Amino acid sequence: MAAKLKGWKDLPMGGVVPGGATPELNKTGSWRAERPIWNEEKCIQCLQCWLHCPDDSIMIKEQKMTGMDYDHCKGCGVCAGICPVDAIDMVPEGSAACARR
Amino acid sequence: MRKTMTGHKAVAEAMRQIEPHVVAVYPITPQSEIAEYYAEYVHDGIVRTELVAVESEHSAMSACVGAAAAGARVMTATASQGLALMVEILYIAASMRLPIVMALANRALSGPINIHCDHSDAYLARDAGAVQIFTESAQEAYDYTLIAQRIAEHKDVRLPVIVNLDGFTLTHSVQVVEPLEDARAKGYVGDFSPNYPLLDVDHPSTWGPFAMPDYYFELKRGQQAGIEAVPPVFLAAQKDYAELAGRPYEGFLEPYRLEDAERALVVMGSTAGSAKETVDALRADGEKVGLLKVRLYRPFPYTAIADALAHVDRVAVLDRALSFGTYGALYSDVATALLHRERKPILMNYIYGLGGRDTTPQQLDQVLREMKSGDPDQGLRYIGLRE
Ligand code: SF4
Ligand code: SF4
Repeated sequence: MAAKLKGWKDLPMGGVVPGGATPELNKTGSWRAERPIWNEEKCIQCLQCWLHCPDDSIMIKEQKMTGMDYDHCKGCGVCAGICPVDAIDMVPEGSAACARR
Repeated sequence: MRKTMTGHKAVAEAMRQIEPHVVAVYPITPQSEIAEYYAEYVHDGIVRTELVAVESEHSAMSACVGAAAAGARVMTATASQGLALMVEILYIAASMRLPIVMALANRALSGPINIHCDHSDAYLARDAGAVQIFTESAQEAYDYTLIAQRIAEHKDVRLPVIVNLDGFTLTHSVQVVEPLEDARAKGYVGDFSPNYPLLDVDHPSTWGPFAMPDYYFELKRGQQAGIEAVPPVFLAAQKDYAELAGRPYEGFLEPYRLEDAERALVVMGSTAGSAKETVDALRADGEKVGLLKVRLYRPFPYTAIADALAHVDRVAVLDRALSFGTYGALYSDVATALLHRERKPILMNYIYGLGGRDTTPQQLDQVLREMKSGDPDQGLRYIGLRE
């Protein structure tokens, strides 16, 4: 169901979106060209990827990295670049390596 | 108490009294002394402002945007190329409805590079969404810096406000200025309560989101409502100030001997001072001439302009910048204001004072004399230009 779009008088001043965690309502991962693939066996849980991800897309549970949030990950590759043990591979979206995951 | 000071010092004094939380500023002639005075106040502990010594004006305005979104009261100042560098972010500040008050020490845009006054910088920011006020003297630059704060922070406005003062003519010349006592200035400006301050971590919000074709148009319409809210806010803030400080400020415009004038000049900035002298001299000769000074330039006071000028026979609009390929920007606005009036003056457009070229009372006298019979279809005319 398409949401009814608001008229200009109903929008907050300055285009501010009040309230927290609003990006969760908006999936923005669709234009990713490359997908980071996490190799759990290699991972040493240093959380460098979580620290550096510019899009807050490294998922964490009980202080442990649990994978990527593909609804928001933009495929920038920063996590793969920073990982000290090469536990993250960047693969083209739509490729066979992607499909396996 | 009346004091002598430069326009720089007058603006810096107003800023000291406002004492914003953050000033992010980069020095540029002829604005530098405003930044220098303020840096001294910070260094000497006279103000508690966080002075952000940025590496460019682009960063200055960016820091202002960040600090204002965080909930701070912020100010800056610039000129010419500095404003050109700020403009990208100034559009964003206006769209985010951030009340950033800034002095613009009007200086010609390069090239050729020049450091002296004209209004090409103010015209560059004309469509940015900021409120723009022009001042005639150091006193007005001081007064309108305080008034601007009230306008910028009004709940219906929340926009950047540019206070224009002519570079060198006003910034560097020493004039008599009567500042308010600190407590009265602070009382007039009042406290600021920001919308959705980012530092209020209990009430998080997203600032500057992406807007696609489904919302961009509505958001820009909302921004237009902000600048449309300015006229009554400007009048009320100016009225309160005029009463407090005992100044004769009234209206968006200052008409001078205009009631029965047959010919009139329209100007902005310090040239209004010379024009008043010229009008007086010609009046003494029995010539029915007058002047209209524009204080509020954005939003443009169309109705007030038309009301003030409709009865005049011939009007010369003076633009201190070229708008290449068309008429001067002020002329085009004045012409639009008069378009639908049944009785309207013959309009002429004069370009003057580019790059700090002096415009003398004698030249203005000549304009007021020659416009009696001049052909309005001549297009642009130039004051004090060598052929
Ligand atoms: S590819 Fe970029 S956006 Fe995606 S998880 Fe890695 S760092 Fe974050
Ligand atoms: S940077 Fe590499 S090793 Fe460290 S947590 Fe992320 S995936 Fe694991």
